[in-house]
Amino acid sequence: MKVLASKSNIAVSERRRNIKEVYKTGIAKKIIVLLTLIVLLLVTALSALVVGASSVGVKDVIKVVGASLLPNYFAPADALAEAGIMGLRLPRILLGIITGISLAGAGAVMQGILRNPLVSPYTLGMSGGASFGAALAIVLGSSLLGAGFATVGTFLVAGSAFLFGFSTMMLVYGIAKIKGTAPETLILAGVALGYLFSAGVSALKYIAPHEALKDLVIWLMGGLWGANWQQVGLLVPLVLLCMVFLMRFAWDINALAAGEEVAINLGVNVKRLRLGTLIVASLAASATVAFTGVIGFIGLVAPHISRILIGSDNRFLIPCSCLMGAVILLASDTLARTVLAPAEIPVGIITSLIGVPFFLYLLLKRRKHITMS
Amino acid sequence: MELFIEGVNFSYGSYPVLQSVSMEVKPGQVLSIIGPNGTGKSTLLRCLAQVLKPQGGKIILDGREISKINSRQLAKMMGYVPQAAGEAFSFTVLETVLMGRKPHLTWGVGQKDLDVVAEVMRLMHLEELAQRQLDELSGGQKQRVFIARALAQQPQVLLLDEPTASLDIRHQLEVLELVGDFAHRQKGQVVMVLHDLNLAARFSDLLLMLNDGRVFAAGSPRDVLNEANIRAVYGVKARILNRATGYYVIPLNPV
Repeated sequence: MKVLASKSNIAVSERRRNIKEVYKTGIAKKIIVLLTLIVLLLVTALSALVVGASSVGVKDVIKVVGASLLPNYFAPADALAEAGIMGLRLPRILLGIITGISLAGAGAVMQGILRNPLVSPYTLGMSGGASFGAALAIVLGSSLLGAGFATVGTFLVAGSAFLFGFSTMMLVYGIAKIKGTAPETLILAGVALGYLFSAGVSALKYIAPHEALKDLVIWLMGGLWGANWQQVGLLVPLVLLCMVFLMRFAWDINALAAGEEVAINLGVNVKRLRLGTLIVASLAASATVAFTGVIGFIGLVAPHISRILIGSDNRFLIPCSCLMGAVILLASDTLARTVLAPAEIPVGIITSLIGVPFFLYLLLKRRKHITMS
Repeated sequence: MELFIEGVNFSYGSYPVLQSVSMEVKPGQVLSIIGPNGTGKSTLLRCLAQVLKPQGGKIILDGREISKINSRQLAKMMGYVPQAAGEAFSFTVLETVLMGRKPHLTWGVGQKDLDVVAEVMRLMHLEELAQRQLDELSGGQKQRVFIARALAQQPQVLLLDEPTASLDIRHQLEVLELVGDFAHRQKGQVVMVLHDLNLAARFSDLLLMLNDGRVFAAGSPRDVLNEANIRAVYGVKARILNRATGYYVIPLNPV
């Protein structure tokens, strides 16, 4: 009898160790995925520094970056190469990385808290709001301020785009709150407001003077060409802080995926979680869109690829989406400025070319359990 | 760790669903809530889980009113398994059970958490399924995963909303036996909503029969399930069989 009991005890402790091992190998695999993405991002960034309209060698890049980071150890670099790399390419690369992080991270979080795989900053109406804000500033600003617009224009446009993008998200959430936070309400509200804003943008295009129209069309296409160190200095800390904040709620978002009632039972304050994370995710996304214009589908595609790669645990999904978004956007932007060099294609066109087929694929391949509720 | 509720009222807007419902469950007992559709069985369970806040009355666990216990603390005392809602994204079985540790952990998963999860998965026969995706499982397997998640909270009280709905008879028996073990061996309390009167009679120590949001009858299955009560509450003529294998309700025809 005693022998039997101890035998079964051994079996129990063995199986217990098995579950632990399953857990630990799972975590190790996820960490390897994250590390691989970090390496991939670094490689993409390096090649983005090297290729372009004015081709710069790898040596020049190292010289220039080295000289500005550690001036004591590197000989001063060629002034032209320095202007190209430090003044144009590097800020553009950093803006691309931070925009990818912001849109994809926000998309992953929004999908999680609204329990809907089709949600992203783009599909919730934020981009529509931001476009209208930018259009309003470009068209009214240029006619009211005249020549003065050239000096304050960029920040006026960005500010207005941010304000409209952010408040659209809050409006969508407010509408959903009156009607209950059912995910389909949020999507429908987002789509409806998106239509309204696109009508507004059309109206503004119609009345816009020629010069403003050109600026507006360029803004709406979205792109990273306006990158400068000021924007990077503003966005990098803002977006990283937002993402750290969102990561803190990874477990709560996991619990919410199992259903609202389950989340409440697990001690999650669902209303506060939704409002808090939605505000922070919208803040990050609308701040970047304000400077880059509409860049579609990163916020949708990157989280979904990440779900396939790393699973749905938000502790790993959020950082994985951020890295994936950065890699995709940076690679797209590099393509956009090199394919037809010296001419550039707006990066939004490339991301849409990748994103739309993927979105349709998701709709068609959508497994039964992914319901809208 | 006694659980009792006293005069609980709940209404959706002006429509009253529960009217002065009272009951008591001691450690080691299984209580099943029975009654026709729309009599507030699930609402009562949601009030117990604090998913809904009752407008009147008290729910007391371990001498404390549960509305005054903070949500994280309460999550360690009560595990709730609602009727299966669609999962928005696919998690693995292990990840799902691990979610039950949410009230116990901050960000990292400790040895203690993994020990509890491993033990619960052993109890629910889920070890082989640890890495499977939830949406690949059968209804019975899923139900065991959800109960395991609730057990990983290490609760005193387990609340289950129709745990046997959509399960075949083998899985019905399996799930209810596991739930019974939790009450009888670990001295926890189980409160569940059941539709099947024969399963309720067999696996419960206590029955609470609701009709129109009020307690119609309460007590042991033999006291509650008689021909008169079933006729009055369900509008069904039934015969009761008392056999060596158990106590059976044979519904005959609606009246």
